[in-house]
Amino acid sequence: MEFLSPATWEEALAAKSERPDAVPIMGGTDVMVEINFDRRRPPALIDLTRVPGLREWRADGDGVRLGAGVPYTGIVDALGGAAPALAAAARSVASPQIRNRGSVGGNLGGASPAGDAHPPLLATDAVVELASVGGVRRVPAREFYLGPRRTARRDDELIAAVLLPAPAGPQRFAKVGTRNAMVIAVVSFALALDARSRTVGTGIGSAGPTPLRAPGAEEFAAAEFDWEGGAPLPESAVHRFGELVAAAARPIDDVRGSAGYRRHALAVLARRALARAAADYREGGARCA
Amino acid sequence: MSETTAPASTGLPTATRDGVGASPLRPDGALKATGEFAYSSDMWTEDMLWGATLRSPHPHARLLGVDTAAALALPGVHAVLTHEDVPGEKRYGLEYADQPVLAFGKVRYKGEPVAIVAADHPETARRALDRIRVDYEVLEPVSDPLRAAFDPDCPLVHEEGSVPDDGRHRRGGNLARHQPVRTGAFAEGATVEELRARADVVVTGSYEVGMQDQAFLGPESGLAVPAEDGGVDLYVATQWLHVDQGQIAPCLGLAPDKVRLALAGVGGAFGAREDLSMQVHACLLALRARRPVKIVYNREESFLGHVHRHPARMEYEHGATGDGALLYAVARIVLDGGAYTSTTPAVVGVAASMGVGPYAIPNVRVDAYGVYTTNPPCGAMRGFGAVQACFGYESQMDALAARLGAHPVDLRVANALAQGSRVITGQRIDAPLPMAEMLLRARDAPMPPGRSALPDPADPRTLPGGVSATVLGEGVVRGVGYAVGMKNLCFSEGFDDYSTARVRLESVGGGPAVTVHTAAAEVGQGLVTVQGQIARTELGVERVTVLPADTRVGSAGSSSASRQTYMTGGAVKAACEAVRERVLALARERGPVPPGARLSLSGGAVVSASGDVLVPLAELLDGSPVEETREYHHRATRMVDPVNGQGDSHVQFGMCVHRAVVDVDVELGLVKVVEMTAVQDVGRAVHPQQLVGQIQGATAQGVGLALMEEVQVADGVIRNPSFTDYLIPTVLDTPPMRIDVLECPDPAAPYGLRGAGEPGTLSSTPAVAAAVRAATGRALTRVPIRPEDIVGLPAPRRRR
Ligand SMILES: Cc1cc2nc3c(=O)[nH]c(=O)nc-3n(C[C@H](O)[C@H](O)[C@H](O)COP(=O)(O)OP(=O)(O)OC[C@H]3O[C@@H](n4cnc5c(N)ncnc54)[C@H](O)[C@@H]3O)c2cc1C
Repeated sequence: MEFLSPATWEEALAAKSERPDAVPIMGGTDVMVEINFDRRRPPALIDLTRVPGLREWRADGDGVRLGAGVPYTGIVDALGGAAPALAAAARSVASPQIRNRGSVGGNLGGASPAGDAHPPLLATDAVVELASVGGVRRVPAREFYLGPRRTARRDDELIAAVLLPAPAGPQRFAKVGTRNAMVIAVVSFALALDARSRTVGTGIGSAGPTPLRAPGAEEFAAAEFDWEGGAPLPESAVHRFGELVAAAARPIDDVRGSAGYRRHALAVLARRALARAAADYREGGARCA
Repeated sequence: MSETTAPASTGLPTATRDGVGASPLRPDGALKATGEFAYSSDMWTEDMLWGATLRSPHPHARLLGVDTAAALALPGVHAVLTHEDVPGEKRYGLEYADQPVLAFGKVRYKGEPVAIVAADHPETARRALDRIRVDYEVLEPVSDPLRAAFDPDCPLVHEEGSVPDDGRHRRGGNLARHQPVRTGAFAEGATVEELRARADVVVTGSYEVGMQDQAFLGPESGLAVPAEDGGVDLYVATQWLHVDQGQIAPCLGLAPDKVRLALAGVGGAFGAREDLSMQVHACLLALRARRPVKIVYNREESFLGHVHRHPARMEYEHGATGDGALLYAVARIVLDGGAYTSTTPAVVGVAASMGVGPYAIPNVRVDAYGVYTTNPPCGAMRGFGAVQACFGYESQMDALAARLGAHPVDLRVANALAQGSRVITGQRIDAPLPMAEMLLRARDAPMPPGRSALPDPADPRTLPGGVSATVLGEGVVRGVGYAVGMKNLCFSEGFDDYSTARVRLESVGGGPAVTVHTAAAEVGQGLVTVQGQIARTELGVERVTVLPADTRVGSAGSSSASRQTYMTGGAVKAACEAVRERVLALARERGPVPPGARLSLSGGAVVSASGDVLVPLAELLDGSPVEETREYHHRATRMVDPVNGQGDSHVQFGMCVHRAVVDVDVELGLVKVVEMTAVQDVGRAVHPQQLVGQIQGATAQGVGLALMEEVQVADGVIRNPSFTDYLIPTVLDTPPMRIDVLECPDPAAPYGLRGAGEPGTLSSTPAVAAAVRAATGRALTRVPIRPEDIVGLPAPRRRR
């Protein structure tokens, strides 16, 4: 196995374009597990940890440009206000050790449907910045996930950053696991209300071949929601929202849970998220964030 | 994090620090906490090779041929071995030698070793495995234990005659053992219908316990070094050096003294290291390659490489009179032993004799079965058959209490066993058994604060779902549950699991020093500390060295069945007493000792009854060390009758009572255990701090079984062989514990102590289950309890 260790972003892009079969490694919390378990024998690794800037985030217009290698710990510490759903997801990832290394870029690179970063990126309409020697492309998260572990990233591209829009309303993330910490999602759900565009964003994890949205639920909630005052939604509307989210999922039975439970739990998470987001909205703080 | 009522004083007079009853630091503690401790997987020698194992991908298949030529041709490969290369016995096993060193004829579980390789690099070894060609004729797996046990048309896992039938406890077929117990009217042939007619209340239930894994952190590993004399030295993490030696040597075709074992750093055991794993393989490769060979399993391989806790299917029926007195109990317990025998017969013996728990029941009918299937082999795990039964009978006691409108503790107290009672094998409990008091102490312990009394009632870390923030507190219901379990301690059924200790007292550098040598495996339980404490107390000398465990001294028996403090502790005590006797005789002979004076050892000297120093040991022993070796045997037990299960089969009984308090998110089916209270009688707390650690650990392991720990098997295939999907409790799943230790001495045991490692694993699981039932109103007849079970959805389908 070859080990490439570029010192600059340009070198990294050049290496990836020369060796499209080389596997980038950032935190290594997925890559090393796959190698140790003998599930993957990459011909070459491209170590991204020496590339300057990948582990940094900065303001970008209203929003944030999150370097692909920023570890979850950094997101928890710094982005609770700028990206509340993603920060909540980051808080729920694994253990402190893994959070110190694991990154959103790595989550996107592996594109496991159980990755915790995906639902918030979908719900908040974040944008993935891909780069190659040929230039930079910006792909909305909502167009990024193509199939089981297949994404819009081309083999010669690296993930440079994720662009997180400024929140324009309350955001929520929750995940269900059979253990109270350090657990891969049985199912997860993110919700973002956008008061400016009066739209609702959703993201569903671990309940389909890819991370999913629930467009029907989004439209329904956007229409039902009281964008002026954030009045509590009628019980029936909250319930309907849960049903629509559950209906958008395409879960299977596996070692972590049954398809039926996943739909059920998604409906519960969605109801709770919407009811709480509405309450947050009324309290006002989040609306002008 | 934990509140503990541990005994303060020991009652023994001692002027010597860190003796019995104190809590000295364990010698391996700091090293383990800082990551410096050398575990068996850390061993390394200059010229060593790496061993690797090719395993069957099928749970059940005929082995038609193994072609190793391509593997042998790979540069860097030093040996590739199959069953044909096993020079001695081709099979080994703890009870029956039925497990092939390397498969021949048939493979009976997925992961069964078929060939082994030694190479100069682990990666080379792995590539060599890829080049071995194996021809299989795939057979239908025998995966349903009920069918394997009771359907005469079910294919046999072991051909007739390949596993010994004694015609009594094992009578062929797919049954490794059937053990009935019949008492009262059932012994006279009464039917269940007759007893049912006499009962005012009858409760029945079907229960299931999933396959739990010991989940030790240090995978199977060891280093075999070929010796000049044609023998081999094996450094290995195990639970019982001599039983390993006794199985390895015949397979290698060597005399036992040519196979020398030394204990390497053990990263947990819990029963999973009782059976051999890589031992014979490493020795075979080392002897063939004439080089040291190290084998270390990876995590997935570890799940395939050791036995698990037997999953159980259980049917219970209890009948009582209207005032809550138990009239009869009927139980059928089927334990899936998987492909090979391992300790299944002994597990069945425990499940049968402990099958209806510590209750006075005049009429009992129990049938416990251990079954061969082509599922992963099952064997020893902390609690050993008593854990499964405890979930069954305690669930029944709760159901009965509910039907009678009684408090679950009151019903248990009303039917409690006590000293002088008989267990269902007819054996009289001759030691104290304060069961009723223990139950009441658990019930009356202060309750943890309610949610509203918490500093932040919405702190996710206090809620079901934890940091995943599934809930802010809405829809969370609290439940409380109780359970009690009784476990036989030390080996049972006629097994003389003696222990040997060699103790030397000498003068070193002008001071007295003690050396203790045993073959007892320190598996993390703190036995090394305890051996030192006993030597200090018995010999009045603070400087004690416990030598590394190896086979240069006699057997110490297994680090299992809660037996080592009792047995090896007993042996160390006996050897110390023998040394003391000789030292005192020497003092009388040589020293200025008044004739007829009562002497003892204290503070490094021979002292008089009034405590006056008569002669310092360093002086007395200068140039003449005193060494004694003693074997310690517990009282004899016997096999129970194959027909009615009667007989004094057990050495000692241990008991723990748990109260569980849980919060349940009833909509999502997620549980947060708020607090566990444990009340355990240990006879005598030899090392109070380590003791509490044992009870905490047992409790946590029981919480794990209640809520998450399960090796999921579909058609003989383990679907979650990793710590990503085999979940064990994290610190957020392990609640604060209130541990209440009683000391009612057992007159038959050293210092009056009672083995303490296992009892807590019994009652913890059913207590948690009872608490979740109380919160949800669901029947919950299976552990681990899945979210599906709590919200009332069908269980996930199991697919390979
Ligand atoms: C014990 C444990 C617990 C875990 N728990 C969770 C959990 O709760 N939730 C969760 O979502 N995940 C979990 N994971 C998985 C893992 O931590 C996450 O997926 C993490 O986000 C991966 O980030 P990384 O930087 O370590 O990625 P790496 O392992 O370095 O890479 C992962 C993948 O992304 C690719 N990649 C990395 N960086 C780039 C880049 N800049 N451009 C292109 N491709 C790239 C790699 O080639 C690889 O395919 C867990 C892992 C472990 C070991």
